[in-house]
Amino acid sequence: MSLTQKSEIIQAENLAAGYQGNVVWQNASFSIDRGEFVAIIGPNGAGKTTLFRMLLGLQPPVGGQVKIFGQLPSKGNPKIGYVPQRHSVDSEMTIESLELVRLGFSGKRWGFGLFSQKNADRKAALEALQAVWAEELAQRPLGVLSGGELQRVFLAEALVSNPEVLLLDEPLSNLDIRREKELLQLVNNIVRSRKVTALLIAHNINPILPYLDKVIYIANGKVATGRPDEVITSERLSALYGVHIEVLHDSRGNIAIIGVEDYHPDSE
Amino acid sequence: MRHDINFDINIFADLQQMFQYGFMQHAFEAGTVVAIIAGIVGYFVVLRRSSFAAHALSHIGFAGAAGAVLIGVSPVFGLLLFTSVGGTTMATLGRRAAHRDVHIGIVLAFLLGLGVLFISLYTGYATEAYSILFGEILGISASDVVLTLVAGLIILCAIAAVYRPLLFSSLDEDVAEAKGMPVLLLGVIFMLLVAVAVSIAVQVVGVLLIFSLMVTPAATAQRLARRPQRIIIISVIISLLATWSGLFISFYEPYPVSFFITTIVFAFYLFVRFAYQRIGSKESDRHVKEAGQHTSLP
Repeated sequence: MSLTQKSEIIQAENLAAGYQGNVVWQNASFSIDRGEFVAIIGPNGAGKTTLFRMLLGLQPPVGGQVKIFGQLPSKGNPKIGYVPQRHSVDSEMTIESLELVRLGFSGKRWGFGLFSQKNADRKAALEALQAVWAEELAQRPLGVLSGGELQRVFLAEALVSNPEVLLLDEPLSNLDIRREKELLQLVNNIVRSRKVTALLIAHNINPILPYLDKVIYIANGKVATGRPDEVITSERLSALYGVHIEVLHDSRGNIAIIGVEDYHPDSE
Repeated sequence: MRHDINFDINIFADLQQMFQYGFMQHAFEAGTVVAIIAGIVGYFVVLRRSSFAAHALSHIGFAGAAGAVLIGVSPVFGLLLFTSVGGTTMATLGRRAAHRDVHIGIVLAFLLGLGVLFISLYTGYATEAYSILFGEILGISASDVVLTLVAGLIILCAIAAVYRPLLFSSLDEDVAEAKGMPVLLLGVIFMLLVAVAVSIAVQVVGVLLIFSLMVTPAATAQRLARRPQRIIIISVIISLLATWSGLFISFYEPYPVSFFITTIVFAFYLFVRFAYQRIGSKESDRHVKEAGQHTSLP
């Protein structure tokens, strides 16, 4: 079996996603290796988050199968760090960042934890915050943090348990171009230095392109995967969407995809 | 009886005099338990943004309390039954159900109507309805105190057991779920905690004023601290101070205890919101400026 290959972290075969018999996308076959930085691109409602939910064991596939670490996904896998898409944090949320990151480490444990491990989780949380260049945010309330600061704290919350795979759902959605770049450099740094595999859902591929090993493009109920220069082509995307699509490149390597209404190329 | 009692500047002597009366002793005992429990559970209510659900539970409890009075048992049993069933239903309807204000509102209006029917069928109409709606802590019996204490201990033990998972799922439900936490079960446990807390708190402040102990102290405390355990301790202190001083004042003044309690917690809230916060916001501005200098990439 091909699963014996050690560097393969995620494998999908004829995978289909959906809810209660409604198929959102199908026939996806791909594999992701250890230490790869992968973007999942596609329009709203294409089923990008559904892929994450399947990998987290929160939702079964409606067809085919997906394996992670050579096994069918199951809930609560400590080797996966997850940053869900969060629309906002209550501005009255006064809890400091460190407390949230600590819960990422010890929130699963029952009991009050008054006597046990008190310093272990604090230490782990501080290290995780340092790893995302956010130690100065430790004592600040979540409610006053900016979008970019919040994403770094959430990333620390996911990293605190030392995961091998990071699932990041739209971490760039509320960031300006500069913060976007900062966060991507940070994620790339973690991927390369720790050999962590990162899957990142995004709307716009341009800011991520310089870092990517692979892209999973989900649209029109179908999935195309491969290296970015293989997938983001006029031929592949036209086949995916079923209408004529033109992929244009500018002098700085940015891509414009013409013919998809809800796709807005970066106008940096 | 109360007319020959006068306030003395020696508070210790005052308390000694107060505790000679069984009803005052019971009121302080039950009030203390309720204040501690409401202060703790209230923090999770505020954190989960479930204050409307807590409010709804107390109104659902009104029908139960009225029904219990009608069939001749202590209202607290009707409260426990109705709030537990109501809370479990709300929690099992799903994670977003707690925010379905319209549906909750529709059901609670119906149950309030049912409560009105029960009360009208009962001949002792006015006083019973009044004490369920606004609390009657001075009428608490010794057996009610024991029941309150037992319920309070159960809540404390339950919270000690689920503290971290409950905190985690309240603060970050999606991540907690992905980590394999039983978020639905934790939601049910939370609602049951609120149900029991509401049932015993109704004796003190009544169905209509439940917010004063279940929400205001925690919402005030949240503005004063950044760590959950500290927030909970401050919340408990506020509700204890309000309950104790409310009882103390009511010994000398012929007005309802629940009025004093609601007014004192509100005063705390106003002070923290407007006077204290002004100092706090200056400090956090400074933090923002300092942090802004460090956020650039190394």
